[in-house]
Amino acid sequence: MTGSSALNFWNAYWSGTLMLFSHWAMNFSIQSVKPKSEDIGVSRDELSRALLLAFAATPLFEPFAIPLLLDKLSSSLPSAKVESFKYLGYCAPMYGSDRMAKHGGALWSSVKDVLYTSPESALSVESESDGGMIFEESDIMVEALILLEGLMQQNSDLLLDMILGDEDINNFICSFLKPWDIHDTPLQLRQQLHSVGRLLAVSAKSSMASCNRVFEKFFPQMMEALGCSVGNHSDESFATEDRALSSRFNYGTLYLCVELLDACRCLVLGFKESTSFPDFIHEKWCCMLHGFCRSLINIFFSNLEAVSGNAQSSFAYTGVKGLQLLATFPRSFAPVSLLLFENILLKLVSAITSNFDKKFSWGLELKALVEIGLYIEGYQESEKAATFARIVVDKFVSWISSDEPAMPLSLKMQAICETGMTGISNMLRIVQGMEKAISAKFTQAYVDGNFESVELVIKVLECYSARVLPWFEMNGGSEEVAWNLAAIIWDKIDNSSSVNLTVQNYELLGAAMTAMKQAVRRCSQESQEKIVNRAFRVLSASTLFPLKDSPFATSLSNSEDSYLNHHVDRVSCRDEWIISLYASVVIALRPQTHVQNLKMVLQLFIMALTKGHIPSAQALGSLVNKLPSKTNERHLSQEYGVEEAIDVILTSSIWNFCQSNTLRKCSLFGGGNEIHNTKCLAGLNHTSVHISAIVGLAWIGKGLIMRGHEGIKDITMTFLGVLLENTNNGDFPESCDPIEGKEQEVIPLMKSAADAFHILLSDSEDCLNRNYHSVIRPLYKQRFYNSVMPLLLSSTRQSNSIITRSMLFRSFAHVISETPLSAMISEANKLIPLLLDSLSTLTEDVMHKDVIYNVILVLSAILMDKNGQVAVLENAQAIINQLIGLAAYPHMMVIRETAIQCLGAMSELPYARIYPSRTKVLQAISKALDDPKRAVRQEAVRCRQAWASIASRSLHF
Amino acid sequence: MTLGLINANPVVHAKKKRVARPLDDPHADDAVDPLEIYDIVRDIRDPEHPYSLEQLSVLSEESITVDEKLGRILITFTPTIQHCSMATVIGLCLREKLKDCFPAHFKVDIKVAPGSHADEEAVNKQLNDKERVAAALENPNLRQLVTECLYSSEL
Repeated sequence: MTGSSALNFWNAYWSGTLMLFSHWAMNFSIQSVKPKSEDIGVSRDELSRALLLAFAATPLFEPFAIPLLLDKLSSSLPSAKVESFKYLGYCAPMYGSDRMAKHGGALWSSVKDVLYTSPESALSVESESDGGMIFEESDIMVEALILLEGLMQQNSDLLLDMILGDEDINNFICSFLKPWDIHDTPLQLRQQLHSVGRLLAVSAKSSMASCNRVFEKFFPQMMEALGCSVGNHSDESFATEDRALSSRFNYGTLYLCVELLDACRCLVLGFKESTSFPDFIHEKWCCMLHGFCRSLINIFFSNLEAVSGNAQSSFAYTGVKGLQLLATFPRSFAPVSLLLFENILLKLVSAITSNFDKKFSWGLELKALVEIGLYIEGYQESEKAATFARIVVDKFVSWISSDEPAMPLSLKMQAICETGMTGISNMLRIVQGMEKAISAKFTQAYVDGNFESVELVIKVLECYSARVLPWFEMNGGSEEVAWNLAAIIWDKIDNSSSVNLTVQNYELLGAAMTAMKQAVRRCSQESQEKIVNRAFRVLSASTLFPLKDSPFATSLSNSEDSYLNHHVDRVSCRDEWIISLYASVVIALRPQTHVQNLKMVLQLFIMALTKGHIPSAQALGSLVNKLPSKTNERHLSQEYGVEEAIDVILTSSIWNFCQSNTLRKCSLFGGGNEIHNTKCLAGLNHTSVHISAIVGLAWIGKGLIMRGHEGIKDITMTFLGVLLENTNNGDFPESCDPIEGKEQEVIPLMKSAADAFHILLSDSEDCLNRNYHSVIRPLYKQRFYNSVMPLLLSSTRQSNSIITRSMLFRSFAHVISETPLSAMISEANKLIPLLLDSLSTLTEDVMHKDVIYNVILVLSAILMDKNGQVAVLENAQAIINQLIGLAAYPHMMVIRETAIQCLGAMSELPYARIYPSRTKVLQAISKALDDPKRAVRQEAVRCRQAWASIASRSLHF
Repeated sequence: MTLGLINANPVVHAKKKRVARPLDDPHADDAVDPLEIYDIVRDIRDPEHPYSLEQLSVLSEESITVDEKLGRILITFTPTIQHCSMATVIGLCLREKLKDCFPAHFKVDIKVAPGSHADEEAVNKQLNDKERVAAALENPNLRQLVTECLYSSEL
C-alpha cells in the first residue's frame, strides 16, 4: 500500500466512523423508537445489545463514543441516561485506562450529578413510616454506581483524587459532622446523605489503598464528631459526658461510619474468598478501626438503648447494623475480640427481649442476629459458633417454656425458628428445647386444657410443621427429628387417661394432626412401621376396642353390628384424639409400609366415619389408595391387598341405607358375604349418619379413583343411586317423617351425594396428594370424566323431578369444574348445551351459587380456548341468553362479573352470528351499569363498549 | 393556509399512578365516587393534542362531585387557555362518555371552572342544553371528532 492510498483509507475510515456516530447519536435512545420490532423480528433489547457491542468493538471508537455518551447523559429521558451509563460501564474496560483517563473529570461530574446533585432514590416502604434512611435507588443511580465501581477498579487514584478533593462532597460531610435530627431533615438532604454514603463505600471497597485513603481523609473527623478518642476503652467515660452523649446521636456521621464499616468488611471478605489472603491487620484503615473499635461499639450500644427509651427507630438502624458489621468481621481481625463479640451478642439479645413492642427495630435486631449466625456458619468460626450457641440459641430456647420475657408467643417462636435456621447445630439445640417443651406441657394441655399450655403446644407444633420439619428436609437429617416428634406425641397420649374437652383442645388436636402427618410423611418405611405399630398399641388399649382380648384374626362380621350399636354414639374425647392421630399417621404412610391388623383398623375407621369423623374417612381413602393390588406384590406379612380391604369396607352395614343400589349388588364384590342386617342400623338411621357415610364413601372413592381402580364404578353408581332413588321412586327409608318432612330429610342427603363428586375429583391438601405418597395414575380425572358423563347425562334425561335434576346437575357441575379443560374441549359441542341447561336449573336455588360460579368459570375457559370456538359459535345465541340472565344474578357478585366478562368475550365472535343479540345484550348491560358493586359496573362499561363497537362507534340502539 | 393550533404548546403533566382498589371485600363501600368517574374520563384524548385530559390537567379528581342518592354528577373542567374553542368539544366528550358508562338516571352537569374561560356562561349553557347537545352530535364532523377523542388509542 502506498502512502497516499493509506492516507485515503484513513480518511475514508474517519469519515465513515464520523457518519456512523452521527447517525447513532441521532438514534441513540432506542426506546424512543416505537417498539414495533415484532414486525422485523428484532427486539429492542437485541438492538441495544448490538449497538453496545458495536461501540465497544475497538478502542479507536473512544474519541467518538465517550463524548456522545456523555452528551446523552444530559438528556431528560431517563432511559437514555440508563443506557448511557450502561454503555460507559461496558466500554470503559474495553477502551483501557489511558484512553479513559482524559474523560475522568467529565465522567465524575456526570456521576456526581446523578448521585449527589439530584439523587432519585425513593424511601423504602418500611423506612417511609418512620422517616428512616433505607432508600431504594433508581435505575439511573444503580447504573451510575456500577460505572463508578468499574472506573475505580480501572484507575482508582484518578477518581479518588476527584472524589476526595470534591469541595461539595467535603462540605457536605463537614456539615453533617455536627448533631442533627434526622426527622427534621428534608428528604433531599437525606437522599444526598445516602448517596454520599454509597460513594464512600464504593471508593473504599475498590482496593486496600483506596480504603486507606478514604479512612485517612474522613474517619478521624467522624470519630472526633462522635466524641471517640483512640484507646478510650472505658465503658463509663461516655455516660458521664454530656457533650459526648449528645454526639452519639449524630445521625449523619453514624450513617456514613456504618457505610464505611460495611465497605471495609466487604473488602476483607472479598480477599478471604480468594486464595491470597493479605495481612491486612497492618493496613492503615485497620489500625484506625482497631483504635476506635471499642468506642464505636459503645456508641452503637447507646443507639440501641435510645431505641428502647423512645421511638428513635432510625438510630436502631445504625446501631444494629454497626454491631452486626463489627460482629461479622473475620476472626483474624483482632479488634473484635471474642469478649467484644460476646458483648455485642448479649446487647442484641437484651434489645430483642425488651423491644418486642417496636416492630421495626425488633425485626432489625433479629435479622442482625440471624445474619451473624449465618456468617459464623458460612465461615466456619468455631469459637464464635460456640459463643453464639451459648448466648443466643440457648437463651432463646429457654424462652419456650418460660413466662419470661413477656413477649407474645408468636414473636418468641419467630425468633427461635429464625436463629435455629442459621445452622444444623443451632437447629438441633432448638429442636431439643421444643421436644422438652412438648414433653413438659403436652399432658397439661391435653388433659387439663390449661390455656397457656395449649397455646404453647399449638405454637410449637405449628412451628414444627411449617418451619422445622421442612428445614430439615431441605438440609438433611430430618428423620430422627420427625420420628422423635411422633414418638413423643404417642407417648404422651398413651400415658394419659382422660382428656378435658374444650374448644382449644380441638385446635390443639388440629395442630397435633398436622404435625403428625408432616412428621410421618418424612420418615422412612421402617420408621413409619415403628410409628404405626406404636400407634396401634395405643389404639388397641383404648376403649374403642372391646375386642382387644380376642384374636384380631377373628372375623368381625358377626361382632360388627353390636360393636357399632354399642359405640357409635359415645366416643370419648380421648378416643377421638387417638383415632384422629392414628388416621393422621395412616394418611401419611408410604405405600410400602405395612399396617398391622388392617381389618380391625378398617372397621374402626368405618365406625368413626359414621360419626362424621372426616380424618377416618381420609385415612380409609389413603389405605385403599396405597395397598398393593396383587398378591405377589405384597409384603409377606401383609394380610390384605386392596381388593380384600375394599371387600371389608363395603360389606359394612353402614351403607345399607342405599341398599337398593347397594355396593354389594355389584359384580366386583360378588364374594357372597353380603350383610342384610337392617336391625343393626336402627340406631343409625338418621340423615346425618347417612350423610357421614356418603362423605366417607366419597373419600374411599377418591383413593380408588386416583389409583385407577375399577371399584370406583360401583361407588359412583351408589351416589347416583342416592340421587335417583329417593325422589323418583318415592322410596324413603322407613323411619322418615311423613310426606311434608321428606324434603328436609332427602335434600341434604342428595346434596351430599352430589357433593361427593367434588370430593372425588378435587385436589386435597390434607391427604391423598403427592406429599403423602399417594398412588396417582396419570389422567385419572379424564378417565373418570369419560366414564361418568354418559351416566349423568342419561340420568338427567330420565329424571322428571326438579330436585333430582338440580342435584344431578350439581354433580355434573362438580365433575366438569374439576376435570382439565383439555379433556372436555374436544366434545365442547355436546358439553355446552348441557352446561347451559345446568346453569338454568341451578340458578333456581340459591344453595347452588358456588357451583354456578364454578360452571361459569368452565364456560369462560371454553370461550377463551381456540378449540372450543366452533362449538361456541354453534350455540352463540343460547350462551348469550344464559349469560344475560346471569349478569343479573342477585346472590353472588363474582357470578355477575364473570358473566359480563364472558359476554365481552362473546363480542369477538363473527359479526353475523352475534349481531342479532346486540340490542338484547346492550339493554342487559345498561342495567348492570347500575350494579351496586363497582367491579361489576367497571366490567359492564368494558362489555358495553365491546358490544357497541361491533356495529359502529355509536352506542345508540 | 392551515389554521394554527389554538394552544400550540400546552403544559403536559405526568399521569398519576393508578391505585387498584382492593377487590373481594364484601363490606367495601362500592357507591359511585369521584375517583370512579375520574378513572372513566381521565383517558379521554384532547381534541387538539395526543395527550389525555389528565395529562393536560383539564380534569382532576377534585373537580368531580357526585351525589349517588340524588343521582347527580357535576364535572368542572379547566380549559388550557381562556379562549379555547375546544372547550365545548371537551364538554361533549365528557357527556358522551358518562352517558355510555353510567345509567340514565344520573343527571350530569358539565361546567368550565369559574373564570377559566372567556365565554364561560355561553359554554356552560351550551353544554347543559340537551337539545343543543343532541344537535351537535348529529353533525357528522363533530360526532367523528368526539368518537376519536373517546376511543383513540394514540395515547
